[in-house]
Amino acid sequence: MRHGKNRFLIGALAAPLLLYGVFVVSPYAQAFYLAFTDWNGLSGQAGAVGFENFTSLWSDDLFLSALRNNGLMLLVVPLITIVLALFFAAMLTMGRSDQRGGIRGSRAYRIVYFFPQLLSVAILGVLFQFVFTPNNGLLNGVLEAVGLGSFTRSWLAEPAWALPAVMAVMIWAAVGFYVVLFAAAMESIPRDVLEAARLDGAGRLATFRRITLPFVWDTVQVAYVYLGILALDGFALVQIMTVGPGGPNNSTEVIGLTLYRAAFTYGEFGYASAMGVTLFFLTLTLTAVALRATRRERVEVA
Amino acid sequence: MTLPHPRTTPTRRTLLRGGAAAGAAGLLSGCVTAGGSDDAESASGDVTDDNPLGVPEDADLEVVMFNGGYGQAYTEHAAEVYEARHPDAAVDHQGVQRVGETLQPRFVAGEPPDVVDNTGAGRLDIAQLAASGQLHDLAELLDAPSLDDPAVPVRDTLLPGVVEDGTLDGEVVFLNYSSVLWGLWYSTSLFESHGWAYPRTWDDMLALCEEIKQAGIAPWTWQGKYPEYMVDPLQSLAAKVGGMELVKAIDNLEPGAWQQDAMLTAADGIHRLVTGGHIMAGSEALSHTEAQNAWSNGEAAFIPCGSWLEGEQQGVTPEGFDMVMAPVPDLTASDAMPFGALQGSSSESFLVPAQAANPRGGLDYLRCLFSLDVARGFAETAKALPVVRGATDGVEMSTGLASVADAVEAAGEHVFGYKYRTWYAPLAKAVDDATGELLAGRVDPEAWADRIQSAADDVAADDSVTKYER
Repeated sequence: MRHGKNRFLIGALAAPLLLYGVFVVSPYAQAFYLAFTDWNGLSGQAGAVGFENFTSLWSDDLFLSALRNNGLMLLVVPLITIVLALFFAAMLTMGRSDQRGGIRGSRAYRIVYFFPQLLSVAILGVLFQFVFTPNNGLLNGVLEAVGLGSFTRSWLAEPAWALPAVMAVMIWAAVGFYVVLFAAAMESIPRDVLEAARLDGAGRLATFRRITLPFVWDTVQVAYVYLGILALDGFALVQIMTVGPGGPNNSTEVIGLTLYRAAFTYGEFGYASAMGVTLFFLTLTLTAVALRATRRERVEVA
Repeated sequence: MTLPHPRTTPTRRTLLRGGAAAGAAGLLSGCVTAGGSDDAESASGDVTDDNPLGVPEDADLEVVMFNGGYGQAYTEHAAEVYEARHPDAAVDHQGVQRVGETLQPRFVAGEPPDVVDNTGAGRLDIAQLAASGQLHDLAELLDAPSLDDPAVPVRDTLLPGVVEDGTLDGEVVFLNYSSVLWGLWYSTSLFESHGWAYPRTWDDMLALCEEIKQAGIAPWTWQGKYPEYMVDPLQSLAAKVGGMELVKAIDNLEPGAWQQDAMLTAADGIHRLVTGGHIMAGSEALSHTEAQNAWSNGEAAFIPCGSWLEGEQQGVTPEGFDMVMAPVPDLTASDAMPFGALQGSSSESFLVPAQAANPRGGLDYLRCLFSLDVARGFAETAKALPVVRGATDGVEMSTGLASVADAVEAAGEHVFGYKYRTWYAPLAKAVDDATGELLAGRVDPEAWADRIQSAADDVAADDSVTKYER
């Protein structure tokens, strides 16, 4: 019997493992190998160059500005997204004045918040390009309409504003999903705990800080890791929305874009692989650090 | 409409698909380095007057072409001509959007098609292809008798510059099919209704800009999201002032080439459009579509662009707009090149892979493609100038195409082109970035030149970059 079970397991796992090996593991392994070569993407030959690709990364202004921009996104995007999502989720689950449920229409809001998640990144990019376009764009139009005409500008063409504009889109697109995620986590908090807190006279803010947040902390942790990975990417949005792309003056350059350009425009696949490997380790480190730094006592409910 | 320049928005998904395809192909053929370079001499047939390239009669032919703005009617036409000449062969003709992603794994695996039109945003880097020995020498084709007149070799049926454009390291490895010329576009009807005339000198241009502003129209707009559109008029002005010597100095990465007086004068000329307030507000953030549509709506008088503009704007240009292209005005009284000199180049790069199964068939296919009949069809269906001499004779042309044809005629020998964009892509990026900043008014001409010169010096000092000379 046992023997038959093992054979069944192996049989069931073989196909997916093979696919995983061919389409995930093997390209990864090749990227690691290629990072130490000067392969140009077209030749059948690739010469080994040791660590040269990695050392020249640190004197590549483009890569460094990409690193800086991704770093900035890493600081800003997850933080704002999580704060906003926690706020909205709390309003949806405990916003009513008697704290017995969400604000009126919370079901409808929940669906509306999720909408951006349904749009592909490409559509988002094109859409927001129209929002930010200077002469007849939505944003400048709204600013004019409410009497803030002096704030209108060419959002995507000014180095100081282009990256914030891109980050705003990332946050806008991501918040909805985490609202739904956090709201679900908040709803699984046992009623009696919340009620006990209320009987003890805890206000909404205190309840949120002392009860809700500790209960959903695991979910926030996961959200932070996901959002961190999102912030280290940003390739598609930048490629579609920004001047250049990556401009103006490299102010929106991200690692993904530098990598893409090195590989597919300059034909430096070895160098691009080195960037990919670097990004891989950055993401890995980030995940490990984020999980460790945010580790807290788990709330156990008997 | 697809342009001769890369302007696209590849999604993460297409990128991943390309990457996965490349990865899988690499795996299936063992590894990257295991790709075949076993260059077995391919079959050839008897060389006769009717078959000067010695095509094996029963060998099939595979053509992969970029199906972009010019359509694929002309390459299909050429396939028909080929099949008529070689009745025993079948032509497999495919039009694709992203040539690189489709063909990169096949080049690496040593199994490329017989003819490739390497064009469009996803094209393969031609310099890298050549450096990897993936391209067949086309000299044989150029010396073969043309299809229309056996007394004239193919080489002599092509417009000047085509063979030079396709030459890398002294070997002709690709031939471009469509002539592209760059200039300034305006609407003749708009100009006539205001009594404006196209300026002959840059001072006149600046004076006219003031006049245009009085009429409530922005004098200039440009495709700010892609600064290379403004690089073209700038480097055209520079070439006019400094002549071919300047162009060659730039392409050969000579020290200080970007900081010479002629280049600075040109940058200053363009910069005066900015300081004079002659550029439509917000242009620096507009995509090419947005800027061009604003221009087609009469919101701006001039826009810099290549000769594909008319085709691209077909759907949105009002009736009676009558757009024409003109060469950049004289910048100084002592320009090295006369009024009318044009920046020109060619696009739609056809090549025969070195490892093709039927390279002789590939060469003969190109002979069909560069015949008068196919070229004339191209002018009619694609509304662009083919590089074959006399192809537009007797073809009825729209105002834009006619103005381009006239401009070529008037320019005569004064058609110039820079090579650095194809040779050194990272330098092209540096030029674009700096020019974007110049046009946004954030750097002055000197700082612009210094930035680019330092990028050019970096390229020159980098041993890993293959250098070219002209």
